[in-house]
Amino acid sequence: MKILVTVKQVAFLDDEFEMRDDDRGVDEDFLEKDLNEFDHYSVEEALLIKEAAGDDAEVVVVTVGDEDADDALRTALAKGADRGIRVWDDALAEADGVAIAKVLAKVVEREKPDMVFTGAQSADFGSAVTGMALAGLLGWPHAAVVCNLEYSAGANTATLRRELEGGLEEVMSVRCPAVLSIQLGINEPRYASLRGIKQAKQKPVDELSLDDLDLDSVGSASRVRRMYAPEKGQAELIAGSAAEQAKRLAEIIKELRGM
Amino acid sequence: MANLIVIAEQRDGEFRETSLEAVTAIRGIKQGDDKLSVAIIAADPQKHVPALSVEGVDEVIAVKATDDFQPDLLEALIGALVKDRAPSVVAVAHGVDAWSFAPTAAARLDCGLATDIMGLKLDDGDLVATRAGYAEKVLVDIDFPGKETVLLTVRTNAFEPASGSGSPEVTEMAPPEADVATTHEGWKPPADAGGIDIGGSEFILSIGRGVGDESNVEQYLELAESMGATLGCSRPIADNGWLPKARQVGQSGQLAANCKLYIAMGVSGSVQHQWGMKHVENIVAVNTDPEASIFSIARYGIVGDMAEIAEELENLF
Ligand SMILES: Cc1cc2nc3c(=O)[nH]c(=O)nc-3n(C[C@H](O)[C@H](O)[C@H](O)COP(=O)(O)OP(=O)(O)OC[C@H]3O[C@@H](n4cnc5c(N)ncnc54)[C@H](O)[C@@H]3O)c2cc1C
Ligand SMILES: Nc1ncnc2c1ncn2[C@@H]1O[C@H](COP(=O)(O)O)[C@@H](O)[C@H]1O
Repeated sequence: MKILVTVKQVAFLDDEFEMRDDDRGVDEDFLEKDLNEFDHYSVEEALLIKEAAGDDAEVVVVTVGDEDADDALRTALAKGADRGIRVWDDALAEADGVAIAKVLAKVVEREKPDMVFTGAQSADFGSAVTGMALAGLLGWPHAAVVCNLEYSAGANTATLRRELEGGLEEVMSVRCPAVLSIQLGINEPRYASLRGIKQAKQKPVDELSLDDLDLDSVGSASRVRRMYAPEKGQAELIAGSAAEQAKRLAEIIKELRGM
Repeated sequence: MANLIVIAEQRDGEFRETSLEAVTAIRGIKQGDDKLSVAIIAADPQKHVPALSVEGVDEVIAVKATDDFQPDLLEALIGALVKDRAPSVVAVAHGVDAWSFAPTAAARLDCGLATDIMGLKLDDGDLVATRAGYAEKVLVDIDFPGKETVLLTVRTNAFEPASGSGSPEVTEMAPPEADVATTHEGWKPPADAGGIDIGGSEFILSIGRGVGDESNVEQYLELAESMGATLGCSRPIADNGWLPKARQVGQSGQLAANCKLYIAMGVSGSVQHQWGMKHVENIVAVNTDPEASIFSIARYGIVGDMAEIAEELENLF
């Protein structure tokens, strides 16, 4: 029994940032990177299923990214995933979610997992594309924004809840193997223990090229034309010390509340 | 002439108004004798025709099937429409349902794709969609070189719902063949709010991840009470169990429907949080990050540490 979890090292902007010279991205110097928040939940969900299943189950984490993305794999391995796969090729530098999904589909064909978990979306561009595009390419059953899951390792169906708008949830059953995109709050992700972090260093990580996956190119479904800062809002900034700011805020509150 | 298609949606038989926002987005790029068609799958699709008879819609494609949400069926519908009509654009609202089928269909059909778009235009004949990135701190213009059909999901509240009356022709279409892998089993309504009324409150003090630690939360409950505000929160605070879900403002929580004054402390201003409060006339943002997108919708801004501001406020109420 095997669960494949896709993980992504996402970028966050520094408080101040500059665009690249070609205006199609943010200058790398102003980016900080970390494991996508959603992926903490999908890794946890896989580990819970593995632990309930006993020793026969394996959790494999896969990322498409350059060396920076190793950290994402190590974080997941430190929590308890068994091994990692990192796929990279410079040709992927501008890949969108669909292009990434084409690569991941090849990994799924190789690994033949019983289940694939992805995050519901990435914190950087929030496109919410990769997981469900992967399902489409594989022709697998799928559900997005899963906030509750009943699945025992190797089962033919899973029962899940999809989180909808306004706190409503739909209960749905789905044929397995399936691709599920996992929503925040589905579980309480663990932190890696010191022992886990140490062990992660020994765990195997396969590094694959597009060649290894028999892919010569992967086309994206979109292209970034231009990236730019939005026009600033009209917010009136309240300056001064914290005491002065709070005093002004209290005035605003009292005025607007007719107090 | 180009075919433009919007996939309208219903949930449990109820029409989804966001479908009309997608119509507006597409209407904006409609030219000359382009044909705008809106397709809907439902147990009784005719029931939804009046809601879709708005200005600019030339045709409603009524697919009589089920009111259950079946991503495989919707994908098959998009597949059939792309094959039969070679549309230049297929659009759907960026609701949670679309997350399950739009990327799937686009990948399978090798279409162009952009999700959560907030702007759309034709630039010299090229379709250009605008979306946001990095927690709403940048905008991105996206195009689709070489793609004959582009699938788009349209951000909620970015376009006005289409209005004005129209008299579209109605085409009945048999449901496309689909291998449906999911079964609707039921609904789970939101948990009881326990008397917390975000929707009814005129004054909300909301805290986000900037609050730092669970032990700090109590202080804001007290501050809210002394100010006469209802305490709200962003999603991570509810996910962590620091405050009940009934206090969560946003797309998967509550809409601050009657709010007139909203103070957001330590909230970055994600699109999902904004969904619940962006409309409020008086928004005050307190955030250490001067670039936080919450400032772009605020009337007043304080760049500073919420803990310090809260402590000072306590002395003033
Ligand atoms: C389908 C879906 C539905 C969702 N629904 C919702 C929803 O209903 N509601 C919701 O809120 N989110 C929702 N989310 C999550 C959303 O995407 C964001 O993750 C979330 O809103 C972020 O919450 P936040 O602003 O508190 O945290 P962050 O984005 O982490 O922001 C924290 C902010 O606090 C600031 N800060 C840090 N320290 C301080 C300090 N000492 N003083 C002042 N400021 C400080 C930081 O600068 C930052 O701007 C949903 C996501 C998905 C995928
Ligand atoms: N480069 C990548 N490598 C591995 N998984 C990815 C990658 N990009 C996206 N994903 C997965 O897809 C999810 C949603 O991403 P997105 O489609 O970018 O919003 C993430 O949480 C990951 O699980």
